[in-house]
Amino acid sequence: MTTTTQTTVFQPIAARPAPVNTEGALAWIRANLFGDWKTSLATIVIGAVLLRLLPGLVDWAFLSAVWQPSFDACRADGAGACWGVIVEKYRVIIFGRYPFEEQWRPLVATALLIALLVASCIRYFWKAWLPVLWVVVLGLFFALMYGNVAGLSQVDTDRWGGLPLTILLASLSLVASFPIALLVALGRRSNLPAIKTFCTIYVELIRGVPLISVLFMASFMFPLFMPPGVKIDVLLRVLVGITLFAAAYSAEVIRGGLQAVPKGQVEAAATLGLTYWQTQRKIVLPQALAMVVPGIMNNFISTFKDTSLVTIVSLYELMGAMSLALNSDADWRPFTIEGYIFIALIYFVFCFSMSRYSHWVEKQVNKSKLR
Amino acid sequence: MRRFSFRDTPPEGTMAQDNPPKKNNWSWRSQAFRGLIYQVIAITVIAGVVWFLAHNTLTNMRVRGIQSGFDFLGQAAGFDIGESLFPFDSGESYWRAFWVGVTNTLRVAVLGIVLATVLGTLLGVGRFSRNALVRGLCLSYVEFFRNIPVLLQLLMWYVIMTEVLPMSSEAWQIGHFFLSKGGVNYPIPVWQTGQLWAAYGLLPGLLLGWLYRRWAVARFEATGQPRSMVVLPLLIVLLASLAGWALGGAPTEFNFPKRGEFAIENGGALTPEFMAVLLGLTLYTASFIAEVVRGGIASVARGQSEAASALGLNKAQEMRLVMLPQALRVIIPPLTNQYLNLTKNSSLAVAIGYPDVVSIANTALNQTGRAVECIAIVMLVYLTTSLGTALLMNWYNSRSAIKER
Repeated sequence: MTTTTQTTVFQPIAARPAPVNTEGALAWIRANLFGDWKTSLATIVIGAVLLRLLPGLVDWAFLSAVWQPSFDACRADGAGACWGVIVEKYRVIIFGRYPFEEQWRPLVATALLIALLVASCIRYFWKAWLPVLWVVVLGLFFALMYGNVAGLSQVDTDRWGGLPLTILLASLSLVASFPIALLVALGRRSNLPAIKTFCTIYVELIRGVPLISVLFMASFMFPLFMPPGVKIDVLLRVLVGITLFAAAYSAEVIRGGLQAVPKGQVEAAATLGLTYWQTQRKIVLPQALAMVVPGIMNNFISTFKDTSLVTIVSLYELMGAMSLALNSDADWRPFTIEGYIFIALIYFVFCFSMSRYSHWVEKQVNKSKLR
Repeated sequence: MRRFSFRDTPPEGTMAQDNPPKKNNWSWRSQAFRGLIYQVIAITVIAGVVWFLAHNTLTNMRVRGIQSGFDFLGQAAGFDIGESLFPFDSGESYWRAFWVGVTNTLRVAVLGIVLATVLGTLLGVGRFSRNALVRGLCLSYVEFFRNIPVLLQLLMWYVIMTEVLPMSSEAWQIGHFFLSKGGVNYPIPVWQTGQLWAAYGLLPGLLLGWLYRRWAVARFEATGQPRSMVVLPLLIVLLASLAGWALGGAPTEFNFPKRGEFAIENGGALTPEFMAVLLGLTLYTASFIAEVVRGGIASVARGQSEAASALGLNKAQEMRLVMLPQALRVIIPPLTNQYLNLTKNSSLAVAIGYPDVVSIANTALNQTGRAVECIAIVMLVYLTTSLGTALLMNWYNSRSAIKER
């Protein structure tokens, strides 16, 4: 018997195919839309639904839409969205019941306030004089809106409305709530039991109830709280309500930031002999506040959206002004949905840009942590 | 220059370290004393403010002749309520009217929470899809619904419900479901005693399912063999109640809605107000829940999923045993916040006339003028819900927190 030794002959495996193009639009489509059969199926189904819905929507919103303010054209058969209602009513929607001839005043005032808000978001303006600028611009805002100075006629607050009111309520309550929130957040972490209890009760009480009940309180109960004979403007009452509400939420955000500061920082400050307030001001708050900027920004967005609730206690901010404009006019009333879409767009532009800004800040803050 | 030797008396000032001065607890230099003073001041100020407000309120009430007290709850309400889970007529007391409001709030909140969770989870997971279209759709949904006030959305849905939909005489029909300005009409099963048997079957089913699950868990912990611990017990429960239902004669009679002369008749109905509140709250909250879910999944370290596949777990096991337990720890606290937000936002129903507790309180306030009491009731209802949930959450958090050192 002879043993045969098996000799293995070297056999190279087949060469791999050259890599397909991984760059460019075609490769992106292949990877992201038609990766495997499941992805392809999803693409086809969603594509089919979109193709079916989008043309109708585009047709309604743009192609057959009526842009001139004539409700006969809007009522015609086959007419799409009636944007004429906006052309006809935009001044009431944006400025509410403010006297028609004087509406340049809220326009200038709002532009000033928006410019101030934008400026506050830019690093270049983060200087010591920014708070002074706030005081000056808010003063100008009130002077322009209320009048009774420099030859401007007086316009009472119950005639204020629309976008100026929305922006005023949101920004004033943010500015006013911040110091309260700061103190309450510090108080909730304090060693003093009475102060800690008060702050906890305040935060939990406010966060436990809907804003609308706070607004009801501001409009129905607040007059009862005041000494007889003292009358407080409804705008101010509502502003106080929103401020107290926003403060509770901001306090929780700030508390989160305070908790994230390592304990060693406070201990180091104590070793250096800093007092409580010095520790908070120089060591803890600078670190905590940098961390909570996105959270505060989110609160501002919520407050901005929440201002729409004041329409329930009959203040005519953006949404109240819209209902005012359309409900009083039977001809245009059927086109309420176009009006809603218009103010939804306004809210969206504001809130979306703020949330983008908040993302940007978050990235800036995290930059120092990346390595 | 003078050099110190061991025997020398130390220079002045360091003496204190050897003999600390006697601590005076009642001095301004004592932290505890200062704290006490601060607290006394705080209590005095707050008590003063509360007394001032209460005094003013009582004076004002006396001057304006406003009655106070909760005795009005026993009086006849005198107004009808559009919809309620149980029959209510205007002759019944305010107390019952408020109760109707609370049940209406809870009904829309519970349904909304369930639907928003399902939709939000789908959207949140969709943000990780390999399909760019799905990712894009989920992103645009979230950005769109998140950035428009919920009140505006509720009003828009209400307008769509009451103006864009056809009259009930020309209602859209899908199977036995009708959609029109009158709301949604749907078939409901006719109550028969046979259906009670399903409940009889449910009880032994629950017992069996629980026993099996206990056995399966014990077996898993003893041997490490994975057994179905969720699906099979649920199947047992379902089968048992189905068997009970079959034993009871398997009643399948339905009360179908049909077109009447003026409106859709028979069947169950959901009012347009309810539909608008439910849709608005669900779609709005789903966009926030989607972000919560996305954040939770993104927070699990990438290495966890790689390690799971290195251990040979398949995709489902990896999700169930590795990813979910870690993601849920991050997801659940903000998710509860969203649930509470949805419940609180349901108070906006007052704007479109859905009779929730705020809307009932508003009517009662206008009729009786007892602002303090009505607002107090509303706040109490929401506070109870919120604080109850908060307590539950604290318990959950302490249970699921990572145990360190």
